[in-house]
Amino acid sequence: MQQKDVLPMKPEPAEKRAVANAAPLNITGSEAVIRSLIAEGVETIFGYPGGAIMPIYDALYDFQDKVHHILVRHEQGATHAAQGYARTSGKTGVVFATSGPGATNLVTGLADAYMDSTPMVCITGQVAAHLLGTDAFQETDVIGITMPITKWNIQVTRPEDIPGAIAKAFYIAGTGRPGPVLVDITRNAQVAKFDFEYKKCDYIRSYRPVPRLDLEAVEAAAELINNSKKPYIFCGHGVLLSGAEKELIALAEKAGIPVASTLLGLSAVPVDHPKYVGYLGMHGNYAPNIMTNECDVLLAVGMRFDDRITGDVSQYVKQAKVIHIEIDAAEINKIIKADVAIHADAKTALEALIALVKPQQHDEWIQEFREADKQEEEKVARKELYPAEGGLKMAEVVRLISERTEGKAVLVTDVGQHQMIASRYYRFKDPNTNITSGGMGTMGFALPAAMGAKVGTPEKEVVAVIGDGCFQMTLQELGTIYQSEIGVKIVILNNNFLGMVRQWQQLFFDKRYSSTEMTNPDFVQIAKGFFIPGKKVTDRSEIAAAVDEMISHKGAYLLEVVVEKEDNVFPMVPSGQPIANIRLE
Amino acid sequence: MQKEYTVTVYTEDRIGITNRICVIFTRRGINITSLTTAETEIPGVYKFIITVISEKEKLVKIVGQIERLIEIHRAFVHDEDEVVYQELALYKISTKALQNGNIEQLIRENNARILTITEEYFVLEKTGHQQELINLQAKLAPYGLIEYSKSGRVAIIKWSRRFHDHLKELETQRIDNLKQAQYKEHTEVSAEEESI
Repeated sequence: MQQKDVLPMKPEPAEKRAVANAAPLNITGSEAVIRSLIAEGVETIFGYPGGAIMPIYDALYDFQDKVHHILVRHEQGATHAAQGYARTSGKTGVVFATSGPGATNLVTGLADAYMDSTPMVCITGQVAAHLLGTDAFQETDVIGITMPITKWNIQVTRPEDIPGAIAKAFYIAGTGRPGPVLVDITRNAQVAKFDFEYKKCDYIRSYRPVPRLDLEAVEAAAELINNSKKPYIFCGHGVLLSGAEKELIALAEKAGIPVASTLLGLSAVPVDHPKYVGYLGMHGNYAPNIMTNECDVLLAVGMRFDDRITGDVSQYVKQAKVIHIEIDAAEINKIIKADVAIHADAKTALEALIALVKPQQHDEWIQEFREADKQEEEKVARKELYPAEGGLKMAEVVRLISERTEGKAVLVTDVGQHQMIASRYYRFKDPNTNITSGGMGTMGFALPAAMGAKVGTPEKEVVAVIGDGCFQMTLQELGTIYQSEIGVKIVILNNNFLGMVRQWQQLFFDKRYSSTEMTNPDFVQIAKGFFIPGKKVTDRSEIAAAVDEMISHKGAYLLEVVVEKEDNVFPMVPSGQPIANIRLE
Repeated sequence: MQKEYTVTVYTEDRIGITNRICVIFTRRGINITSLTTAETEIPGVYKFIITVISEKEKLVKIVGQIERLIEIHRAFVHDEDEVVYQELALYKISTKALQNGNIEQLIRENNARILTITEEYFVLEKTGHQQELINLQAKLAPYGLIEYSKSGRVAIIKWSRRFHDHLKELETQRIDNLKQAQYKEHTEVSAEEESI
């Protein structure tokens, strides 16, 4: 933050600037877009050209040595790729799309990124300013459409506003609770020339991304924790976003507190950590779910009490004092009333809290989790992970991938049964290795997100676990994977069903399987069409070798595994019911 | 409990801000019963005064979600006793009605005043709380009320001093770099720029 007394009231006059930089750079708005992105450290753009953004693509042609553009096969794929990129690399993902249909194709990805707090800047071309509002060819009110699903958006109609808008976009997308931002640039602004100057944005007077830490609240929280017999930590996505994994683990170790993770918080704490007790939610682990209603102090860090975690709120964590550490003030008291609210960045708050908590151990309390685990182990996990007979299980495939990658791969999952199974059984070791669509539950997310994840962390193995239904929503991105040589490993867990919907139909709709059975194509042949090698496995005896072969293969590879057709994911908290109603079978 | 509340929102001056605020009420299915907006004593800062019929608990959450918007300074929800407020109504009545002696009394009693008179009609103005304005409308109806138009609410928050001091501080702070852009007309577009 800059000091007040040095803040100028007005931008400096142009003459003064000209003196400072002997020759002002007189360039087009389009070139300004690219130079602005370079100034923000952007190295990769996912996008798709079209009429209204052509001048920007033309400018990009001169900067190919500095910015790598990945041509996707559909704009939705660009957004998910940018999400995968952002969540593995920690940088803001960047997307280019044209006006009209190009812009509307961004909607799903924007909404997904907004729900899952992912920093992303989308730049869309727009018809010339004088045509706005006239139903011109490929004109859409993208600002209106994306208003409720972006953290911020703006339409720029003059070239001189481009650097400022892009600077603000990056500042807003990446600070506070991150989120997607859209900058819509009219064609006339792209082609007109102006004197370019770039200044990063570090201040917006109506926006406070870093709240001031309330030390009294931290003290109150420490007192609750110090006097607690059964403290319990929920680790949410905010822990990863603020880079507070070490602090969270240090707190858990010092005060002897068990830690459970939300779906998006997965990978912040290694699965084999002695204080880690599992994963929360509708299809999470048994112990961490039921123990929510047993603890006496709940410390929720960077999470928002999604309904897939709480079930029936009226019977949720009523017995405990709740401490909520959250950077987004609107999330505090939204679902669960906080006894102590710490409106702060997770890392800042945890650092302060660690200093104030007393060293303690709560071994008996943690033992209660381990006892409850045994039930899940016996009724669910063992037969899922190590089945002796019957069709292949999704869980055993995930176990093999987990073993083969030592839990160190970036696991990208789509949405549905395979997502829940993979999230339950992959044994995460390193932070930011779990990429999934949480809040939105966007089918088709994984394949493009995996591309972005691989581009964001080329040194890591990236494995996309995808259902047969999900794969067919965005499979055209195999073209991008081939063209841009992105070495992702694709595992299709094929049960020839929209499995999660089928499971609900079985349990809650009298097995009336309305439109959920799928007659699928030959996925390996499809991959071959995109020059991606692959293999199909139907038998247990072949699976271990097939996983090995996939991981050893250099470059992209597709493994189709035909799994049990009518399998269910358990445990399960039926939608809207209290977590106590969790079912193990 | 459903009750009428006043919501005040302090915003930057930016195109589309009304939309951004309204959409948050829309999502929760809350009808805005009136909306008044104007620049505050601090240049560039606008105040929205919104009346809604809803529950306090819900509105507190909505206000939180409004404050999350980038160009919002603060938003508050007020009970009736936290604000001093007034609304304004205009009534257009047939001039013939003035021949009826009772209407003069009605105007006096209600502290209304005549803004203009033509041969055909005259216009009355009254300020007050919503119900008073509606009551006068009902009383004027028999005299040939032609048209009635009521404003939204203007309100002063009783405890606003500290917050407005804070707003004044904003004046000394840097206005962001996009500020002036919105006031200027679009530059002319040449024929070649229009292609495609």
